[in-house]
Amino acid sequence: MSSPGECCENVELIDLRFVDTTAGRVPVVPADWSRRDRLGRLKCRLFNSYRMSYTVEPGIYALGSPDGRSPVLVTANYKLSFDLLRRELTGFDAWIVVLDTRGINVWCAAGKGTFGTDELIRRICSTHLSEIVEHRRIILPQLGAPGVRAHKVREQTEFSVSYGPVYARDLPAYLDSGCIATAKMRRTQFGFKERLELTPMEIFPALKGFLIFLAAVFVVFGLQPEGILFRSAWGSGLPIAVLGLAALLTGTLLTPLLLPWIPFRSFALKGFLLGELATALLTFPAGTEAVRSIYLIAFSLVFFPAAGSYLALQFTGSTSFTGISGVKKELKIALPLYIAAAAASLILLILYKLQEWGIL
Amino acid sequence: MKYLTNVVTLELIPERCTGCGRCLEVCPREVFGKNGKTVRIVDRDLCIECGACMMNCSFNAIRVNAGVGCAAAIINGLIKGGEPECGCGGNDASDASCC
Repeated sequence: MSSPGECCENVELIDLRFVDTTAGRVPVVPADWSRRDRLGRLKCRLFNSYRMSYTVEPGIYALGSPDGRSPVLVTANYKLSFDLLRRELTGFDAWIVVLDTRGINVWCAAGKGTFGTDELIRRICSTHLSEIVEHRRIILPQLGAPGVRAHKVREQTEFSVSYGPVYARDLPAYLDSGCIATAKMRRTQFGFKERLELTPMEIFPALKGFLIFLAAVFVVFGLQPEGILFRSAWGSGLPIAVLGLAALLTGTLLTPLLLPWIPFRSFALKGFLLGELATALLTFPAGTEAVRSIYLIAFSLVFFPAAGSYLALQFTGSTSFTGISGVKKELKIALPLYIAAAAASLILLILYKLQEWGIL
Repeated sequence: MKYLTNVVTLELIPERCTGCGRCLEVCPREVFGKNGKTVRIVDRDLCIECGACMMNCSFNAIRVNAGVGCAAAIINGLIKGGEPECGCGGNDASDASCC
């Protein structure tokens, strides 16, 4: 049971009321979002560190004016999961049980087992749920199922688990129909909007690597027999830096957005194809003057598509249709090729420098 | 959208299946279908190996090598020499890049 002092630092406490139950006081949360909730959602999408500490205190909460017959819905203690749930339940009276998933969303936490059988059983007991409600049914999000053995929960707590819809937005229809999920409610979707929403999480971490890449470009292209020259770094390095940025965007933005329309099922191949296209388009028509060396052109056509491919492969972690066996297969083939591409790139770069210095 | 074909490890043991339909309820990819009184795999390639069906089958009629289909997690596992670990949650949440 959450006491007032330890309750959810991120939930607006201004209007927080409590409802008295036979098992003690339970905090009441509103269904609608405050400005802070909306800002929090945006920050979660943009900053990894913010997302990782965006939590609510595990325990039980009251939404509306629930009584002993009201439904019990279970969620994770990632605050965005909790917020989406309560927002979709506008107008309903319900109990919300929040499991301690260390601030991770339901799907990822179920995969790790933190949204799991043991935690659920512990939380049912520690919140004294059987004293708060008369019925013995709890509704779990369907995507929590990989972590939960429903029959074990029933054996140990007498609560039977109903798996609700995949998306919280379908909850009103699910509850109104007497807890019946249609086939459509049970399917995950991965449309353009969902993919777009996930791309900042690919782009921002990659930008960190891009800064290191820029520093390396400055050193490699500025390096002359007389020292590191800024003029030389700018002149020869800039087109390469642009190609680097293009590779980054093909892997982290274009591949995710255009996913269904790019040929091949392999993410590594999709990223490679787009990376090769972008590099060729930027190198040949516009950059022929700037990128004169055959070694540098070869370097570009090897290095940047490989980088785009690697970045695209990372998106497998954000999708809802990739499995571990498939990703392992991709990696088994792609990782040695990435290493080979890196080695070939290094050799081509050395050849380019030797040519530039008139040694070759 | 469908991922790679012929890689999925999902197996259904028909002799153990009672046709309770729990797997149909938890599967987010419509892999299963009803076949009279029992369940059958309709399209194995749709399976994302999340393990929900195996976890919730009280008759042990389903086997799958469940895990996360996340390249970063698998590379992390290769480097650290353990199971795939995506770094979000747990003790080393600092370099988390997924979910």
